[in-house]
Amino acid sequence: MRSIVSIILIAIIALGITLALIVIPFGEPKTEVGKYYIDKGIEDTGAVNIVTSVVLNYRGFDTLGEVTILFIAAIGIGAVLATQKKRKVEKKVTPASLILYTGCRFLFPLILLFGIYIFIHGHLSPGGGFQGGAIIASAFVLIYMSCQGRRLPVTLTKAIESLGGLVFVIVGLIGLGLGGYFLLNFLPEGVPNTLFSAGIIPIIYIAIGFKVGLELTGIIDNLIEKS
Amino acid sequence: MDLLSNSNVANFLSNYIYYIGAFGLVSIGLCIILIKRNLIKVIIGLSILDTGVNLFLISVGYISKGTAPIFSKPGLDSARMVDPVPQALVLTAIVIGVAVLALALSLAIRLYHHYGTLNLRKIKEQRW
Amino acid sequence: MIFIVSIFVILMLIAAIAACIFRDLLGAVIAACVVSLIAAVLFYLLQAPDVAMAEAAIGAALVTAVFVIAIIRTKRHEE
Repeated sequence: MRSIVSIILIAIIALGITLALIVIPFGEPKTEVGKYYIDKGIEDTGAVNIVTSVVLNYRGFDTLGEVTILFIAAIGIGAVLATQKKRKVEKKVTPASLILYTGCRFLFPLILLFGIYIFIHGHLSPGGGFQGGAIIASAFVLIYMSCQGRRLPVTLTKAIESLGGLVFVIVGLIGLGLGGYFLLNFLPEGVPNTLFSAGIIPIIYIAIGFKVGLELTGIIDNLIEKS
Repeated sequence: MDLLSNSNVANFLSNYIYYIGAFGLVSIGLCIILIKRNLIKVIIGLSILDTGVNLFLISVGYISKGTAPIFSKPGLDSARMVDPVPQALVLTAIVIGVAVLALALSLAIRLYHHYGTLNLRKIKEQRW
Repeated sequence: MIFIVSIFVILMLIAAIAACIFRDLLGAVIAACVVSLIAAVLFYLLQAPDVAMAEAAIGAALVTAVFVIAIIRTKRHEE
């Protein structure tokens, strides 16, 4: 009975969505804001990657809100799982084989270096803080999978993560003090297509990269250890 | 293959294939959420629904025969570049999606330890 | 070109239907990972390399790892 009502409801919703999607043409320019950002992007910020300049310069306040949501989710997971009783009997886990152990220990610094490269060059090529942070977190997942019994140094990672968040807010407040508005671009723009260009954008992306990477690792650490 | 490239079917497909894919994912995700009873299956359906909506947002911002919005050589032609604003929105949406999924799974683990089952009908009957 | 994109979209829809039908929860999670991977390839074909990198790193690696850890702590089969 419940399945039949659900299928009729989904058919009505599908009809409504189809009637709305037919009138949108595929492959034609639709707005003019995008054209403005592409034409004036390099003059205003100096970043060669236009998506980076939209995320951090024209819409920088939304990125601050997103970093806050990730922070609240990590605190929420720690709070929900913290009041479990300690398990009395530990299940016997078979240790990983020799190939897995050696391979993961060999790959771990290479993947870490690759992740750091991606968020430092966020304004020159496709990449940025969130992608680099996810790659760093997957390097730590490899270590959890292969080396049993090795845990993160919790105090050090929480200190670096909070420092990353503080750097973002302090750079914004310095912009408020020097110019007129929050997150003003106060460093010189430099020559486009070089590493030291685009004002405050590389500094904010390095802070976001470390923060997101260590935060996602902390989430996985909470899920493995405390439940 | 010649027959396929100059007929009406190829024309219709090349206009609407991405919309059909996104819309199919959204309706399959809704199916899983409304019909299935296990809590972890419902959360898998939520993840598929999220991916479908992101695919739809990016396919709205596509311009025919356009390129990616990055000026890798100084002086590239900027007349046919794809819209950069939907890409910035979807970047935010993907990260928020993974945060919501992790919090939902930790709540599911607590429910299992408290009630002993993950069947939604049995949990609803045991409220008092 | 349109032939290749059609094949990818049909494979993605088949994997999503498989995630609905499987009774073993580990199989359903692997099918959701395949959906995320093909969506990352489609993002690249729509000329959006930043979004493709984010979806491949987050959707196909971290979400699958979190689901597998949750399945280890609870039951594996759907009642």
